[in-house]
Formats: sequence, C-alpha cells, structure tokens
Amino acid sequence: MEKFDRLTAIACPLPLEGIDTDQLAPARFLKRRRSEGYGPVLLHDLRATPGFPLTAPAYAGARILVARRNFGGGSSREAAVYALLDFGIRCVIAPSFGDIFASNAVGNGLLPAIATAPDVETLLAKLQSSPGELTIDLHACRIEAGPQTWPFTIDPVWREKLLQGFDDIDLTRSRQPEIDAFVRTYESRYPWA
Amino acid sequence: MLSSFQKIWLRHEILRRPDGQSLLFIDRHFLHEGSFNAFAQLAERGAAVAHPNRCTAVADHYAPTRATPPEPAIADMLDRLTQNTTRHAIPLAGWQHPDQGIVHVIGPERGLTLPGLTIVCGDSHTSTHGALGAIGFGIGASEVAHVLTTQTLWQKLPRLMRITVAGRLGPGITAKDLALCIIAQLGADGARGHALEYAGPAVRALSMEGRLTLSNLSIECGARCGLVAPDETTFAYLRGRPHAPPDFDRACADWATLPTDPGARFDREETIDAATIAPTITWGTSPEDALPITATIPDPEHIPNPARAAHTRDALAYMGLTPGQPLTSVRIDRVFIGSCTNSRIEDLRLAAAVLAGRTARVPGLVSPGSARVKQQAEQEGLARIFTDAGLAWGLPGCSMCVGMNGDQVAPGQRCASTTNRNFRGRQGPGARTHLMSPAMAAAAALTGHLTDVRPLLSGRA
Repeated sequence: MEKFDRLTAIACPLPLEGIDTDQLAPARFLKRRRSEGYGPVLLHDLRATPGFPLTAPAYAGARILVARRNFGGGSSREAAVYALLDFGIRCVIAPSFGDIFASNAVGNGLLPAIATAPDVETLLAKLQSSPGELTIDLHACRIEAGPQTWPFTIDPVWREKLLQGFDDIDLTRSRQPEIDAFVRTYESRYPWA
Repeated sequence: MLSSFQKIWLRHEILRRPDGQSLLFIDRHFLHEGSFNAFAQLAERGAAVAHPNRCTAVADHYAPTRATPPEPAIADMLDRLTQNTTRHAIPLAGWQHPDQGIVHVIGPERGLTLPGLTIVCGDSHTSTHGALGAIGFGIGASEVAHVLTTQTLWQKLPRLMRITVAGRLGPGITAKDLALCIIAQLGADGARGHALEYAGPAVRALSMEGRLTLSNLSIECGARCGLVAPDETTFAYLRGRPHAPPDFDRACADWATLPTDPGARFDREETIDAATIAPTITWGTSPEDALPITATIPDPEHIPNPARAAHTRDALAYMGLTPGQPLTSVRIDRVFIGSCTNSRIEDLRLAAAVLAGRTARVPGLVSPGSARVKQQAEQEGLARIFTDAGLAWGLPGCSMCVGMNGDQVAPGQRCASTTNRNFRGRQGPGARTHLMSPAMAAAAALTGHLTDVRPLLSGRA
C-alpha cells in the first residue's frame, strides 16, 4: 500500500451531505475487475448535474475532496475507495465518514481527514470562490493554504498505518504462533462456535 | 461488570497491542458474488484460505428472481463465485440451491449465526446477525481477503451505545418503524464509531425476526454492529436449526452468561418510548429522512442549518416532492417487498394480512428472503395471496433493493419499498425510493399512494 505523509494538490469542493457509497461507485459498475480501473465510475450519476465541480476545469487534476457530513456512508463496497483512488484522489476532508468506508480508505492509502463542520464550510467557500491547492500534512494533522491552517483528526492507529504503509496480512502472519495457540484453546472451550 | 458486546469481544481477542488494536478471531465468514475482489487479492499473493469450514458462500446480490437463464454478465458473476469457492473448498449455496437466499436471512435460518460469535461479511448489513447476540459487522474487500487468509481481523474496541426502548409498540407498528424512528433521531452518522446494544421491554417483546430487522438497520445510523443480548426468544428460535449445536443445552448454558451485567457502563445511552411511534416512512434520499406517515413533507425554508436545508432541497428535487405536501398524498408507481431487512416469513405474513382478498392498484414484486422462506410462504398460501392481489412472486435474492440482478425501478418512478436504503439511484438510476414496513408497502400497493396501514389491518393481524 502506498504511504501517505504530505500532499499538496488541487482540492475540489463538493458541498453535499451524505455522499454515500452508492454515489461514489453505483451498483451497476461493481462487476468490474479492479484491473479495469474504477476512475470513470466515481460519482458517475452526480457528474451529470449541471456545474458539478468534480469535472469543472477549475478543479482538473484534483487529488483532494472537501465534502459535508457522512461522506461514504452506506455499503461496504471497497469500490467506493477504488473509484476515488483511480480518479486520482488521495485525501477526503469531511466532518464525518462512514465507518466501513473510512476503514477501507485507510487500508488502501486514502486519507479520511475529519475536520470540524465550520472549518469544512470555510474550506468549501474558499475553494468555490478561489479554486486552488491545499496541503495536507499527516504528521502534523494539519490542512494548509498559504499562511492559513486548519486541524484535522484521524485515529492514531490509522495515522500510523498510512504513514508507514503497513500491510495487515504480513503483520498478522508474523503473529501466527499466537493465533494457533488461541485457536486450540478456543475450539476446545466452544466446540459449537 | 461487562456489556454483552465486551464479553463476546474478550473471548475472541487473540492479543491486544499497546496501541489498542486487538487481533480478533472470526467464527463465521459469509461470502457472496461481490467477494471476487478479495479472491483476486488472494490469487495475487498465492494465499490459501485458512479455515474454509468457517466460510459459507451464497449467491444473493446478483441472483435472478425469475427462473429463466440469466443474462451473460449476471451469469458471469454467479460463475466467478462458483469458481472461487470451488478452488478454495468453501461450501456454496448457489442460485436455485435449496439452501440459497440472502446471506443475512440464511445465516440465522440455518443456525449458522449463534450467540457469542464473531461474524463478518463483505456487506454492511452484516449487522443483522447481532440480533442473536453475536458481534456481526460488514467489512471491505481487503478485510475479506485478510479474514480468508488468517481467520482474524485487527479491530479497536468501539465505543458502546445502548438504546433502550421503553413501553410497547402499538398495533401495526413493527421493528422497521422503530428502526426508522431511531435512525431519524440519531442521524445517518449518529452512531458512527459505536457498537449498539438494543435493550428495554419493547426490544425484548420483539420476535427473533423483528430483532433481525432492527439489528439489520444499525448501519443506517452509522453503527457497524447492533446487538440484542440472547434470551429465551433466541434459544427457542435456534433449537432444531440444521447447524444448531448438537449439545444444545450446554451451548444455551454458555449463552445465558452473555447478557450485559447490571451496572455495565456505556459510552452513550439513548431512550425511546415505543408508544410514541407511528408507522414511519422516508421521504428523502437518506434513511435519516424519516417521518411518521401522518406528517407533511418538510420545508427547506424553515430549516435554519444551511447545509441541512441544502440537503433537503436537493432531496425534494430528486424525489419530486413539494414542501408541506401530506405524505399520504404521495402517489407511487410500484412496490417491492423483500431484502435482508424485510423478507422473512413474518414479514410476508404481515404483508399478506393486509393484501388478503384485496387488489393492488400498482404493480409490485415480492421476493422471499430464502428458498426456505419461499417454500414456507407457498405452503401457507401467502404466495397465492400476493399473486391474487396482482403482485409478482419471485425467487429469493437481494433483487430490487440494490438492482444488481436487473430488477430495477425505472427512472423517475416511485417505489414503496421494504428495503434499507433510499439513496439516489439505489434501486436503479433515477429511481425514487420510500422505505417502510411490509405492512405499509402492502397498504401503498392497495391504494396507490403512501398510506397509514393501521385501518387496513383492523381485525386482520
């Protein structure tokens, strides 16, 4: 998994609440194999909205999204994360995220940065009136635009995982003796489980 | 003094790191057609499945509801599941198999879901299994690959929230109405980061199937899992199921230790009075956009929070609704009764009680939750009631809840649906979804508009 530490890139404002996983990757595209790429799928149906920012020239090449509360709520489809990544997005800033989406995001090197609702409104207004870049510093948990900064939060374990680019399966396999010992005891204690 | 959730968590904790991450042992892993991404990850690593006997696969998301050969793209999804499960020796109930059905219906039905277990699946409605006093939660493809390879997951103990439902639900009011009411109260992200426990007399009074509906919808208020501590209702439901423990009494004795201890601490407590709940439906594009059927469509001009007002404006434009309009005046084009939320035998009995001897004014589809539910509904004469009323009776699967198998609501059409998500385009591009109970969907079918079912149920259920 690709590490994340600091990113400076165009940020695209999406002033919507509840951009759910079904918007991020509509169900009819989920038959795709990962190798086919999910970039064209991202927000496929919302893109048809006149003036939708994601495809506006001002935000071309965006690698950061800013959105309102409950981003990525809904289904467990990891395709929602694939669609963002394959489109080029590495960080989403929002006041809240769906739990499963956020977990999938971190597992794939996409940063779900939680900012306060007022800070998100400030960022949305700023990006709408003067499109431009933001810098995301994961070490400092800080969003920067020139001299202005805003804090964000993320679970410390997830922060570490993104900074290091851990592979969970390799990590778990290094604990195999403990797993085996656990399973022996567990299966004798709860034979029906 | 531990909560039920903590007790189950602790028995599965292989180790806990200093940073608070626990490595949890996973008892049951359910798989479906959508799991192909995870199998591809395994293939890339050349990895094997650690415990194929702890996996159960079923065709549901793409399962056709008509008995005609599926179109090639759907057949390909069913084939991928067959190939992957065959390669890894995972038991599969494929399309038209006698054990086939929606994964969250067949788990409890076959007794694979038991109290005290950890259960995962690459599907967010895995919260359903919490109804039996288990920790069940949805995971993404990478986590599916992790569980396949190691039978474990890294997790941090979530915050715990108890929702106590006092009093009794009124006549014609179901677990679906209760759940929609909870979601409206907490918000679609209100319980994020939390595991829920449902408690109180109104929850205890629910049948196992009602509890399954309630736990199923936990994810719609943001909680990955929602648990009901096991009791006599749970044990009676499980006794005699095909995969129930052979030494059932010994297992019951263990399960009886699982309920939350008096004095256990929760990070958050919420209380709801069951007696205040009316039949509840959604009007917007998030499950939190729910109101009693007696209400009117909200007016964004009266919503002080600008983000909230903008959401409401967008939702009403998408749904084709007018502020101030009574909900009961909203005309519908079709109904769908089914999904992992509301496709069990009691759901079908309730819908049939409303429809018996009456004729639907709009077309609709009823898709039973499993092949067993289908068989039972046919034996009880329910299927006949649906078809006599003018509704189609289909094969089991996720069907029109998510539209993956081709069962879709046409663009701009409005569907009264017993499903779990009213997201934009959920039932098909441009489809407009109103979530409600099976009784309410049946009532809407009869009148052609959103309707309070209570008078129609009078003397019937």
